[in-house]
Amino acid sequence: MTVTSPAVWTTEEIKLSGLTLRVRKAGAGSPLLLLHHDVGTLDRLPFYDALIARFTVYLPSHPGYDGSERPGWMRSVRDLAVLYQALVASLELSQVTLVGLGFGGWIAAEMATMSPQAFRRIVLVGAAGVKPVQGEILDQALVSYIAYVRAGFEDQSLFDGLYGADPPTPLLEQWDLNREMTFRIAWKPYMYNPALPHLLGGVRSRALVVWGRQDKVVPLECGEAYARALPGSRLSVVEKCGHFVDMEQPDALVKLISEFTAES
Amino acid sequence: MHLMYFTEQPMSAYPEQAGKDFGATALMFSNEHFDPVAGSRLYNEYLEHYKLAEEVGFDGIMLNEHHNAPFCMQAKCNVFASILAALTKKVKLVLLGNPLPLADNPVRLAEELAMIDMISRGRLVSGFVRGGGQEQLAAGVNPAYNRERFEEAHELIIRAWTQVGPFRWEGTHFQHRVVNPWAVPLQKPHPRVWIPGVLSKETIIWAARQRYPYIALSTAIDATKKIWELYDSVAAETGYTAGPENRGYLQRCHVAETDEKAMANARQFMWMQGEFTGLAHPVWSTPSGYFSPSYRKAFVEFAVGRGANPRAAAFEDQIRNQQIIAGTPKTVIPKLRRLLEETRPSIVGFWASDGFVSNADAITCIKLLGQEVLPAVREIGKELKLLSPFEAVAPVSIKETKGPAPAAA
Repeated sequence: MTVTSPAVWTTEEIKLSGLTLRVRKAGAGSPLLLLHHDVGTLDRLPFYDALIARFTVYLPSHPGYDGSERPGWMRSVRDLAVLYQALVASLELSQVTLVGLGFGGWIAAEMATMSPQAFRRIVLVGAAGVKPVQGEILDQALVSYIAYVRAGFEDQSLFDGLYGADPPTPLLEQWDLNREMTFRIAWKPYMYNPALPHLLGGVRSRALVVWGRQDKVVPLECGEAYARALPGSRLSVVEKCGHFVDMEQPDALVKLISEFTAES
Repeated sequence: MHLMYFTEQPMSAYPEQAGKDFGATALMFSNEHFDPVAGSRLYNEYLEHYKLAEEVGFDGIMLNEHHNAPFCMQAKCNVFASILAALTKKVKLVLLGNPLPLADNPVRLAEELAMIDMISRGRLVSGFVRGGGQEQLAAGVNPAYNRERFEEAHELIIRAWTQVGPFRWEGTHFQHRVVNPWAVPLQKPHPRVWIPGVLSKETIIWAARQRYPYIALSTAIDATKKIWELYDSVAAETGYTAGPENRGYLQRCHVAETDEKAMANARQFMWMQGEFTGLAHPVWSTPSGYFSPSYRKAFVEFAVGRGANPRAAAFEDQIRNQQIIAGTPKTVIPKLRRLLEETRPSIVGFWASDGFVSNADAITCIKLLGQEVLPAVREIGKELKLLSPFEAVAPVSIKETKGPAPAAA
C-alpha cells in the first residue's frame, strides 16, 4: 500500500471531442477512475481523502455537471461512457480500476461492456442502469433538489454535516443544472438501459458490486441483478447505509475497494 | 378587432378540500376525484356556451388543453375544435393551442389541424404552445428539450402544410421517412398561427421573429406593455413594424346584472388557490431544463419553498391591476377601454367564468358580453384603429410576407 503526502488535488482541463473536460487528480499508486453521482460532488470528501492514500484518483466532472461544459450533442449515458473511454486513452492510463457511484456506476457499467477486459477492476456502488423488477428507481423529477439528495442518506445528520441543514441557493442552482444534464441524457427510459443486463455477461474484468442496505434511490435488487449479470462478481451490502455509500460509510467503502483490488 | 370567448373548462365537480389536503391540484393529484358523470354534464354545458357565444356575436372561440389537473377539462383541444368545426358556422376556432413538445408525431398534428380547417371551411387559427412544466411529466416528455421540440415540430408542421409531398424529414427529435399527408389546410398559404404566453421572454422573441401575433395571457398592464416593447423591438430588428395586429390579450372578465354578483363570481377566477393553472406543486411545475435559464434562481428558490411563486398574485392585486375585471357591462367597459388604450391589442379573448360559477350565471355572462360589452369594445377598437390580423390582411408569417393572406374557399 502506498503512503502519500497530504491531499493535494490538481485540476487539468482536457480537450476531448471538442469539449473541455475538468479532471481533478490526486494521490499516488495505481490509477483509479472515479465517476461521481448525478447530483455532482463536493470537491472534498473523507472518502476521497482515504482513497488517494492508496490510489492515483482521477475524478472528472461529467460534462454538463458541476460547471464543466455542456455538450449539446450528448443524448445518452452511452455517449458519456464512450467519451470516458477516450478520456482513459487520452490520459494514457492502463490497468485502471473503475469506480462508479450511483449514476456514475451506470456509466462505469456501460464502459465495462464496451471494453470487456480493459479494466483492472470494476466497482459499482449503488449503480443505476438496470431496471428493477419489484421496486422503482426514485424519480428525481418528482422531488425537490434537497429531498432528492436527502433520500440518498440513511442518516440525515450526515447530509446536514456535508451540505448544511438548509443548503445555500447557489448549491441548489448547481443541483438544478446537474439535474437538467441528467434529464438530457437519462430521461427515457429513466435511469436504465434495457440492453445493459444482456451486455454485462460479456465483461471479463473482475467486478465488485457494493450497495447500501437502506438504498432508497436505486433498490438493492438492482445490485443483485448486477451481481448475477457480471460473471464472477459478488455483491457486498453495507449496513446502516443509504444510496450514498461514499458519503455515509466512506471507511467501509475504501476498505472494500482496497481489499478487492489487492486480491490476486 | 377580433373578440374571442374563452373558458378553461373547469372540472369544478371535484372535492376542493381533497386538493387542498393533498397540497397540489396537478399531475399527481389523483384522478380518483374525477367524476365522469359530472364531466359528461360539464362538457355538454360548455358546448352550449360555445354555441351561445357564436350567437351573441363573438368572432372567435379560443380553445386550449391541459393535462392531469381539474382546472381544465380539455385534454385535447383538437377534439373540441373538431366538434365546433361542425356545430358552428362563423366563429374562428382559435387553438391556443396545441402543445407541440408533447407530440411524438407532428405530422399527425398537421393532419388533424388540416382536417379541422377543411371541416370548418377555413376557420382555424392554429396556435402552438410549449405546454406547462408538469405537462412534460404528464406526457413523459423531456423538459430539457422542450424548446428544441417546440421549434422543430413547428417547422415540420408548417412544411407539411406548405410544401408539396412527399418529402423526407431528418430532424433532431423527429424523423419521418415520408411526409405526404393527404389532408392539407384549406386556408392558403396556411392557417394563421398565434402564440400565447405568460412569462418567457424567449417565446415573445420567437413569436416576433416569426411575425406571429403574441397573445399575452392575463398579464398585468405594466407587464403587458413590457411584452410589447420587447416584441416591437424584435420586430424592428427583423425588418417589419409591429402593430395592433400583432397583439393579443386574454382578459379575465366576468359580467353580471350587478357589480356585487359579478365580483362574487369573479372570485372564482381564484378557485385554483391563486394560480390560474391550479395549485402548483413547486417541483412538478418547474422541471429542470423547462424554464428560462434567466429565471433559474427564482424557480429553484420556489421549488424548495424559499421564494414566492413567480406566477401567483392575490385577488385584490389582480382586481387593482385589471388582470381580473368584474362588474356590470357599464362597470367593465371603461376598464376595457383602459386596457385597449394602454396596450393596443387587436385580439382580445374574454375568459368569462371559472371555477364554481353556475351554469345560469355563465350563460348570463356570455349574453351580457355579447349584447352590451362587445359592441362597445368594437367602437373603441374603431376609434383606436385596432385592426385585427384579418381586418389588416396581415401576412401569416415573416416567411409569407409577400404571399397572400390566408383565404378560405
